[in-house]
Amino acid sequence: MAGERGPLDGVRVVEIASEATAYAGKLLADHGATVVLVEPRAGSPLRWYEPFVDDVGDPERSLWWWHHQTSKHGVALDLDDPTDSRRLRALLAAADVVVEAEAPGRLAAAGLDPAAVRADAPRLVWTSITGYGPTDERSRQPFTDLTLLAEGGPVWSCGYDDHTLPPVRGGGGQAFNTGAHYAVMSILTALLYREHAGVGQRIDVNLYAAANVTTEFASYSWLVAGQTVQRQTGRHAAPNPSFPTQAATADGRHVNTGIPPRRPPEFRAVVAWLDELGIAEDFDGIGVLRLGAELDGEGEAGNVLDLAQIAEDDLMGEIFQSGRDAVIFIAAHVTAQEFMLGMQQRGMASGAINSPEEVLADPHFIARGWPTPVHQPELGRTVTYPGGPIRFGATPWSIRRTAPRLGEHDDTVFGSDGTVRFP
Amino acid sequence: MPPVGALSHLRICDFTGQLAGAGATKWLAAFGAQVIRIEDPVTKGRWDILRGSPPFKDDRRGIEFGAGFQNHNVGKLGITLNVRTDRGKELLAELVRRSDAVTENFAAGVLERWGFGYPRLRELRPDIVYVSNCGFGQTGPYGTFKSWGPIAQAVSGLTFTSGLPDEDPAGWGYSFMDHTGGYAMAIAILMALFHRVRTGEGQWVDLSCTEAGAALHGPAMLDFDVNGRPMRRPGSPNSNRNAWPAMAPHGIYPGAGDDEWIAISCRDDAEWEALRTVAGAALPDRTAWASVRGRLDDQDALDAAVAAWTRGADRFATAAALRAAGVAAAPVRRPAERIDGDPATGAWPLWPTVAHGAMGDVRVDGLPVHLSETDWDMTTGAPLLGEHNDVVYGDLLGLSSSEIDGLRAEGVI
Repeated sequence: MAGERGPLDGVRVVEIASEATAYAGKLLADHGATVVLVEPRAGSPLRWYEPFVDDVGDPERSLWWWHHQTSKHGVALDLDDPTDSRRLRALLAAADVVVEAEAPGRLAAAGLDPAAVRADAPRLVWTSITGYGPTDERSRQPFTDLTLLAEGGPVWSCGYDDHTLPPVRGGGGQAFNTGAHYAVMSILTALLYREHAGVGQRIDVNLYAAANVTTEFASYSWLVAGQTVQRQTGRHAAPNPSFPTQAATADGRHVNTGIPPRRPPEFRAVVAWLDELGIAEDFDGIGVLRLGAELDGEGEAGNVLDLAQIAEDDLMGEIFQSGRDAVIFIAAHVTAQEFMLGMQQRGMASGAINSPEEVLADPHFIARGWPTPVHQPELGRTVTYPGGPIRFGATPWSIRRTAPRLGEHDDTVFGSDGTVRFP
Repeated sequence: MPPVGALSHLRICDFTGQLAGAGATKWLAAFGAQVIRIEDPVTKGRWDILRGSPPFKDDRRGIEFGAGFQNHNVGKLGITLNVRTDRGKELLAELVRRSDAVTENFAAGVLERWGFGYPRLRELRPDIVYVSNCGFGQTGPYGTFKSWGPIAQAVSGLTFTSGLPDEDPAGWGYSFMDHTGGYAMAIAILMALFHRVRTGEGQWVDLSCTEAGAALHGPAMLDFDVNGRPMRRPGSPNSNRNAWPAMAPHGIYPGAGDDEWIAISCRDDAEWEALRTVAGAALPDRTAWASVRGRLDDQDALDAAVAAWTRGADRFATAAALRAAGVAAAPVRRPAERIDGDPATGAWPLWPTVAHGAMGDVRVDGLPVHLSETDWDMTTGAPLLGEHNDVVYGDLLGLSSSEIDGLRAEGVI
């Protein structure tokens, strides 16, 4: 686990535990920073996030905690205890980076006003993550991943063609993960500036704003054209309905079918694939599809079915539609994995829709060494963690230690004489 | 450009496009880095399909009018360069020598085929940072596979984990992994530059968007490995509900009106009691629902009861009442309702207006952060094709105007 030098080797970070800081702290720690995670003496409420090992609720058995707190060191402190507050203040002032997501005003009330700490530590990069920005009243009210994604835009774009079904929140806590990405981008930008100019700064990350600018077409269709996108099953929300790009496969799974065939060689490949599967004559559109395969040329500029041609020429439109129908027809006769490989080997983009556990078993991820075995002392065995998001040639990502137990590093970090030390 | 940007001392030789790449260097440009975006004069930059794709402002079409391209490339310099030509290769080498990082999100191996793989880049500048970003990474059985956002989302698990039980996957209604691939790429560039400034060592970073996406499902993967519980099982997923942590009610409920919705999360029993107080007699009084366990065990009936209540009222009013009572709630906002209908986003300012050479003044996605000493700045729009050829080839590489005219005549730029 340990030993390899990450790109942030030697950077000292204090993270005050929160759902909103967790992934940012993990990104910093797994890339080599020394992260001290601060939680209440009674244990962070995050330790009670499911799932638990064997479903037994216990603050040392939360898999949510295990995942998000890798590579961090942990100390337990009560902000409202004057002694603890002083110790934390000393720790903050000795750090390069602070990451916190307390409600605005909360730390100042505990004697840890960011401006005052920064006055004593001008090189400090202090990062505050709030729901709606430091001055918006909504940052002091409750919010969750769900309400942030609903209010911030993503939910409006996600769901089904059938609008009697509610729109859908994408899974996995992505409002917080997106905020974490922005927090880390900001911290790195500030650290680079500090290397250049010698000063730290205060960073504000706004989770609602982060969701707002992570909606692709939804925002800029409105900004430039006053258009409102509408949600559709398994594909981009759009101002006008588009054709399906998701199909069911023979193994009860689904695939993203990508862009339909548009070039004669692609039509030929699809016809050949139907023939190989022995189902060509079962496909209603086979006659029209063969016309696509018989078009001249290799599909250089002049021979691609262009969109204008498809719209204006009835036969071209039919040929194009037969290509769409053919790949959906093929999907119903093969497994999701076979479909993805078959399309990609024929030069067409496609993807199997994997569940998270299927990703861990995927041969490509395994070949790249992405699933990451980690010795888990609580279990006395190896656990497979997700791999890193980025592959550095010289300074690799790695899980340097498993998540800290409550107060595990109190004695390492805090000396009996009131001194603080980063591990 | 602010007087001193956080990254004003850096220059990026940038081949990125679409959003997964261009989004990364948009960040760098917003903080003052000189991002020189290189496009192919032969295809008129159409490798980036967003250059000529809708939406369009004022319905004006063409390669200078794609709003997505404009949105993702604000603040960058744009040059044309035909790297198939010998002279083009020489000029690219000159540019690499003067750059801190080379960035691209072509299919795997493209730069190498041009003769500019990492070994060559390092020859040109020993401490160069090279970040390549593609759907599946530079190695492995899928290394040559084609990809874009929805494909990366499918393979990485993001599509599957978004949906309702007994329905197909809903997925993400936009390229979440283009945004997020861009964030990961920005982090990759910045981390590698940080390592370089402290050690003098450059490196090649191989970013796979599917890996960056798969990394966002940690608890589900551990639940499978440790507990043997797959997410693909009957009734799962239901991404409008919440199991980690367990909350109920937790969902998206109808409001009064057509396609109007409100999100509500009760994080604990006290918040459930607060919701009951707001809803009053509209909710049935069931003792089993007093505890979170009781509510989780009866979620279908609970959700139906909450929906029956929310359906009768305006979603904004319901959300405001719940928030005032201490319950997490929010209307599902349409684009107009968060962009122009919420003064907070305008005041941030989250939608800065930039000046674009062909489109005029355009509003774009700003950044959801502020830095106290060196904040971001967005004032100039995306470059027109070859807009900064004179600046880059003249001022930076030192060519005379007649030499630059010659490059144009020879089709090098």
